[in-house]
Amino acid sequence: MGMTLGGIAAIGAGASLYAMKKSWDPLPSVISAGFTTVDLSPMDSGELRTVEWRGKPVYILKKSADMSKCADRDVQVGNDDYSVGVQICTHLGCIPSYIPANQVFKCACHGGEFDACGKNTFGPPPSPMEIPPFKIDGNKLVLGEEGPEYLRLVGKA
Amino acid sequence: MAEIKKADGLVDWLDQRIALRTLTKVLLTEYWIPKNINFLWAMGVVLAVLFKILVISGIFLMMYYKPDINLAFDSVNYTIMQEVEYGWLWRHLHAVAASAIFLVIYIHMFVAIYYGSYKRGREVIWLTGMLLFMTFSAAGFSGYMLPWGQMSYWAAAVITNLFGGIPLIGEELVIWIRGNFVVADATLTRFFMLHVLLLPLAIITIIALHFYALRVPHVNNQDGEILDFDAEADKYKAGNKKESKVIPFWPVFLSKDIFVLSAFLVGYFYLTFFHFNFAMDPINFDPANPMKTPAHIYPEWYFLWSYEVLRGFFFSSDLGLVAFGIANVIFLLLPWLDRSPVVAPAHKRKGFMIWFWLLIADLIVLTIYGKLPPTGINAWIGFVASITFLALFFALPFITKAEAKNASKGA
Amino acid sequence: MRDLKALIIVAIVTGIIYWGVEPLAHGIMHPPVKAAEYDYKDTPILPKGDVANGATLVQTNCVACHSIKSEGFEAPMSDLDSANSYGVVPPDLSTAGSMYHEGFLAGFLKDPVKATNLSHKFTDSKPYPMPGYSWMSDSDIADMVAYLRSIAKSDLSGKEIFIDACARCHSLKYDKVFSSTPQDIVSNYMGSTPPDVSMMIKSRGAKYLHTFINDPQKLLHGTAMPKVGLTQEAEKKVVDYMESIGDSKKEERESLGVKVIIFTIIMTIFAYLWKVKIWRDVH
Repeated sequence: MGMTLGGIAAIGAGASLYAMKKSWDPLPSVISAGFTTVDLSPMDSGELRTVEWRGKPVYILKKSADMSKCADRDVQVGNDDYSVGVQICTHLGCIPSYIPANQVFKCACHGGEFDACGKNTFGPPPSPMEIPPFKIDGNKLVLGEEGPEYLRLVGKA
Repeated sequence: MAEIKKADGLVDWLDQRIALRTLTKVLLTEYWIPKNINFLWAMGVVLAVLFKILVISGIFLMMYYKPDINLAFDSVNYTIMQEVEYGWLWRHLHAVAASAIFLVIYIHMFVAIYYGSYKRGREVIWLTGMLLFMTFSAAGFSGYMLPWGQMSYWAAAVITNLFGGIPLIGEELVIWIRGNFVVADATLTRFFMLHVLLLPLAIITIIALHFYALRVPHVNNQDGEILDFDAEADKYKAGNKKESKVIPFWPVFLSKDIFVLSAFLVGYFYLTFFHFNFAMDPINFDPANPMKTPAHIYPEWYFLWSYEVLRGFFFSSDLGLVAFGIANVIFLLLPWLDRSPVVAPAHKRKGFMIWFWLLIADLIVLTIYGKLPPTGINAWIGFVASITFLALFFALPFITKAEAKNASKGA
Repeated sequence: MRDLKALIIVAIVTGIIYWGVEPLAHGIMHPPVKAAEYDYKDTPILPKGDVANGATLVQTNCVACHSIKSEGFEAPMSDLDSANSYGVVPPDLSTAGSMYHEGFLAGFLKDPVKATNLSHKFTDSKPYPMPGYSWMSDSDIADMVAYLRSIAKSDLSGKEIFIDACARCHSLKYDKVFSSTPQDIVSNYMGSTPPDVSMMIKSRGAKYLHTFINDPQKLLHGTAMPKVGLTQEAEKKVVDYMESIGDSKKEERESLGVKVIIFTIIMTIFAYLWKVKIWRDVH
């Protein structure tokens, strides 16, 4: 009987823990604010834009004709190629700045470099900049949702 | 230091280092409680569990609460009540437990008075218990301010104003307590600190003292009988469990407490989910407005009796304040106001029995009239009840002195 | 037996205190008032109206100030300009016909001050922003009401009714509804700031809200809030909407409550059985 009572109390404790876990979850307002929509139509070729998505900087680079293309990382919208990535150095989390003249991202912290595709080309960064989940909606890019193009890129990379 | 040997298991390993087996005996299996008790002896465990519920629900409320006059109301009523998953549950549990804990404190306290458990070596238990009542009152009051509704604001304004009645320093004291000339952001933030840090810390410390104070004089029993705990414990350990007048804390005493606790929780959860308005006054769902006092303001039910002692002297706020001051400390002095050495339940002490039920009746009248608007006849009833309250405590030494005389004659 | 006696005494004392501080005290502090009435008896009984004539009358008399967006009549001024001119933004009339009681509408067209029960606020020297149309015949009034009823959709949601009937003065910020009249202007017009009503379902309760919306003077004598004149159905939708925002977890609370209580009862039964088993050895 003591064991049965203990078991029942344990069920109660488990249910309470479930409620506690749920209370720690991000609020619905945080989740619904986790999507950023970017209209790509006004962008010029060769232009870089940085938008905020879930508190992090995400760059969008519309590639000009003289930039190298990478099939495994570029996002095609219409007839244009875009490079999209979380603009955070994969070494220790600093934000690399884009230098248009050289078409590279250069990190001030430890000198890491990434090319226009977001791939690490020099210094300590161990991997290319991360591609955020996105969905293409006409001429718009919706960050935070996993569209088929995103899944294709991630599957390939 | 004893020699550390290779342990034959976790329990033994711990036993060698922190005397686990001795500790278990001292705290649980050989902590002796009288057998001659009723369900009212379970109130201590009920209180401990309610306090635990308050701490846990409080932790979750604190994760989203914002102690700022511009954010507090919405952080409670929107973020916690509508957005956070189960946020409403923590708030309801917290508010209802805060109210219920006072009901159980009062039961616990009057059981001690009824059975004479505050004297003959048990004075420190009584004193720490009354200190807990006071710290819980402060915690209840400071917590009530946090949602920053109309009742929060006006209760804070009125109660902090009380200190203004203290001669000489009153006016400056009020400003010092508030951190502003009126109840304002500084007041909210410091009361938040008191509510979530200083008062819980004090409460936990006093609870430890309260428990410790029980060890030497032991728990009282239904008849005030003096037990030889060592001899009775030996009988129990020798297997004479039926004959022994004591039981171990674990599992025998707690098995009864857990049953009482579970039954109590049924009622508590009913209040939490379906009948919470008595603990979460609807008026407090109007945001604080320093420019407009609600038509009726009153404290939570557990402060009503002392509030009525304050209001009872409706013709003089100074007298009211003095009476209120006395009402708040008089219970502390009970072991010394009772001049009789007799430790027995009130129904075996004739004069004390009458005193006890008069006190209960008076407190009921004070509580009810503390909520009713103090106009017309109500003001007079409140006045008479307040005078009666003071008179009862004035009469207690005489009543008990007479009892002591009779007792010594009888002996 | 002693336990039972002690329990009964504790229950009686607790019960008396509860009765005194809750039902008794609240009964004295909030004396009962007459329940809400939805038949608007003091307004004239209307002859059956002619929609076509009503359309002409409304379009010549009303659209100078009011918009009727569903019929393509846009507001003649911006909200800010009209609030500055009239004190409060005039309502759009697209939905008036279905959410307001027809008797109230007729009474309002004839004499707005009387219909809204605001004679303490509006006088000849400080007239109501909308003129009364008591110079019209009862049949013309009936025609206008008939027209308004003919254009209004009947299945309005609580939120739509709230926006059209309440949100010219009141905000409900927990659902991001903000008053169309700017706060300072409406405060000036009403004499005090109309409160945000997000939490009114909690602070007042559904019963109070129904009586209050139906006739505010009954509960708050001298208030500047007009009698709203909603039909019983529309008023219920508004109050339900306020509950869905201000007490959004009600359903979850009640269903979880039943489960928790059943669980605790089961636990109590097993706790009792265990206690009996343990105490068998010592008694």
